Amino acid sequence: MTDPKHYRKHTLSLLVENHQGVLAKISALIAAKAYNIDSLSVAETLDPTVSRMTMSVRGDEWVMEQVVKQFHRIIDVIKVVDLTDEPHVNREMVFIRVNAEPANRAEILRITEIFRGRIVDVTPTTYTLEVTGEEGKIQAVLELLQPFGIQEIVRSGTLAIARGSKTVPRREESRLRVASRKQAVAE
Amino acid sequence: MRLTGSEIFMKCLQAEGVHTVFGHPGGAILHGYDVLLDYPIRHILVRHEQVAIHAVEGYYKASGKTGTAIVTSGPGATNTITGLTDALMDSMAIVVFTGQVPTAVMGCDAFQEADVVGTTRTCTKHNFLALTTEELPRIVKEAYYIARSGRPGPVLVDLPKDIIMGRAEFKGYPDEVDIRGYKPSVNGHLGQIRKAAELVATARRPVIYGGGGIIHADASAEFTELVNITQIPTTLTLMGLGALDTSHPLWLGMLGMHGTYTANMCMVHADLIIAIGPRFDDRVTGKLSEFGKNARIIHVDIDPTSIRKNVHVDVPIVGDVKRVLTQLNAELTKVKRDWRAEFEEWYGQIAEWQRGHPLTYYQHPEGRIKPQHAIDQLYRLTEEHDPIIATGVGQHQMWAAQYYRARHPRRWITSGGLGTMGFGFPAALGAQAAFPDKLVIDIDGDGSFQMTMQDLITCVQYNLPVKIFIINNKYLGMVRQWQQMFYGKRYSQVDLEIQPDFVRLAEAFGAAGLRVEREGDVKPAIQKAVSTPGPVVVDIVCDREENCFPIIPAGGALKDIIEAGDPIPERLFQGWR
Repeated sequence: MTDPKHYRKHTLSLLVENHQGVLAKISALIAAKAYNIDSLSVAETLDPTVSRMTMSVRGDEWVMEQVVKQFHRIIDVIKVVDLTDEPHVNREMVFIRVNAEPANRAEILRITEIFRGRIVDVTPTTYTLEVTGEEGKIQAVLELLQPFGIQEIVRSGTLAIARGSKTVPRREESRLRVASRKQAVAE
Repeated sequence: MRLTGSEIFMKCLQAEGVHTVFGHPGGAILHGYDVLLDYPIRHILVRHEQVAIHAVEGYYKASGKTGTAIVTSGPGATNTITGLTDALMDSMAIVVFTGQVPTAVMGCDAFQEADVVGTTRTCTKHNFLALTTEELPRIVKEAYYIARSGRPGPVLVDLPKDIIMGRAEFKGYPDEVDIRGYKPSVNGHLGQIRKAAELVATARRPVIYGGGGIIHADASAEFTELVNITQIPTTLTLMGLGALDTSHPLWLGMLGMHGTYTANMCMVHADLIIAIGPRFDDRVTGKLSEFGKNARIIHVDIDPTSIRKNVHVDVPIVGDVKRVLTQLNAELTKVKRDWRAEFEEWYGQIAEWQRGHPLTYYQHPEGRIKPQHAIDQLYRLTEEHDPIIATGVGQHQMWAAQYYRARHPRRWITSGGLGTMGFGFPAALGAQAAFPDKLVIDIDGDGSFQMTMQDLITCVQYNLPVKIFIINNKYLGMVRQWQQMFYGKRYSQVDLEIQPDFVRLAEAFGAAGLRVEREGDVKPAIQKAVSTPGPVVVDIVCDREENCFPIIPAGGALKDIIEAGDPIPERLFQGWR
């Protein structure tokens, strides 16, 4: 039914209940269904009872339909949006610790500037850079720094937000929906 | 009113309308069991926690009421895993409460500690760990709501000892739930329903394929109406049996691996498959790339994840089967079409299949008892009582599905998805607890029954007069059949010739025991079992090497169906040589 040749990268944005065990439920599902997750980032939203998860998943249309439905099935998952084909902004942050011999320091600084990065730590032999951007940009800066000798990288995973004024449904709104559903059940 | 967690828990159970619970006490849940003494809730003490879970499954399936089980921490909780998984696969609305060690020592390998919410994460629809006494009413309310709404399933609530012993203000049982992330659809999308109706109205060779969802939604009346309006031949899955009366003229028999030739051929040759509440299990579809190749497919299901999981669907409709069928039937009654006339050719083809390939067996009057014959006799002699039938898993289960022609919903209880041996007897016990005056029959295998038979004593203790018919071939029959057919008759670890004397065993438990070895004794034994009060075990010693036909070999397409006497194609050999 599905062929990995046609897989592409999707960015999913999930709103989930912010309490103990939820991340475990999500990762148990990912493991049980053997989905290909490239990155996952989690943090609290404006509403402290809700967390946002941003996830990069590989799959074709059929796989993605299943992934989204399966996440919806978890009671603690409030909303799942596939942002891939929606207008959205996505960014990733990376820390790069690179060898910085005196002879190379100027060149590394120039590269950092071109990529609008910052030096966040310095030692006599290394620089630590902070760079933010889309996946392509991160890939490019890593390639340029490779010749100097990269010691370590730490990536945040992709973060994404939809463009425009679309936001998270507010709590009152979702309550209303629950109430109208209950009425439907009662009928 | 400040109450202990256990008191709050019992008050919540009462408010939820729970009259009967199945369970087993232990250290961490002691306080709950102490308080239980002061509440008018009937507790059935099982002898193994797995039995408690299958019993509440049987209780739910027979009555439609959510089943409740209470067990202790550690081994009590881990013994429920098989039952929880079974309930998840077969969509059984049950709520299981497990004791837990005090929160202060959780994670410290305390005595009888197990990470229960962790281990049951993937075998429950949802689980809760109570961390404060205050939140108990909300958790209990949500647990029951989640278990029975949408696609039903098992919910587990882990109750640490300090939470149930602690005190909190009890403000009453909540009237409603507010779960942001859980909003099961109820009504079908009208546009989709119209599209479905159009397809139905133009089909020339349609088949209706109904599943367990019809039973869970209590929609067999609406389902039968669909069949009557459209006059479309109908098959059911193992889990759907009972949704359509098997005496209905459009009944094709069960489909799938051990389904009838006709039902499977209808699926192969149909131009439209109308799937109502099934989940396209591999035991039904066979080889996926061959399934429904010539057909358009309509799929109605309350669970969006079931749709397009295995099979491409042309018209998906997410919603409660009962509501969707009401909507669909309303659309179809408007259709001006002489249904029967349009299907004349299709009916002709089906009649030909039915004539050429009926379900058959041959019982020699002097020979060993054929299992099919025993079940056929059981049906003929007990059908008038409208009994509840439960089964174990294996050959006897398939013969029961074929020959005990379940005629009404909630009268057929079997483990379909997980295929749990040992399920039948405890499920029958639970169904009997829900309906103490009804005839409840467990059609079991000698292998299956031996997995949970210790709880015969529970039936005796609570006077649950389950009638157990062991289709005894002294083999793990289905495994033996596969070894015979697909592994060159090399029998590996399937011989159960060394087995207890089931008659004396029943007597040891204080139940009645009967043995039947000759064809002529089958009928009187069944009559005697039914008229004997209390639990009865009937050991029916059968032809050991009888095989269950038809069979679609694993991985084969529906058209690869093998009937009795057909040669086994060489390519199906799976063994070593």
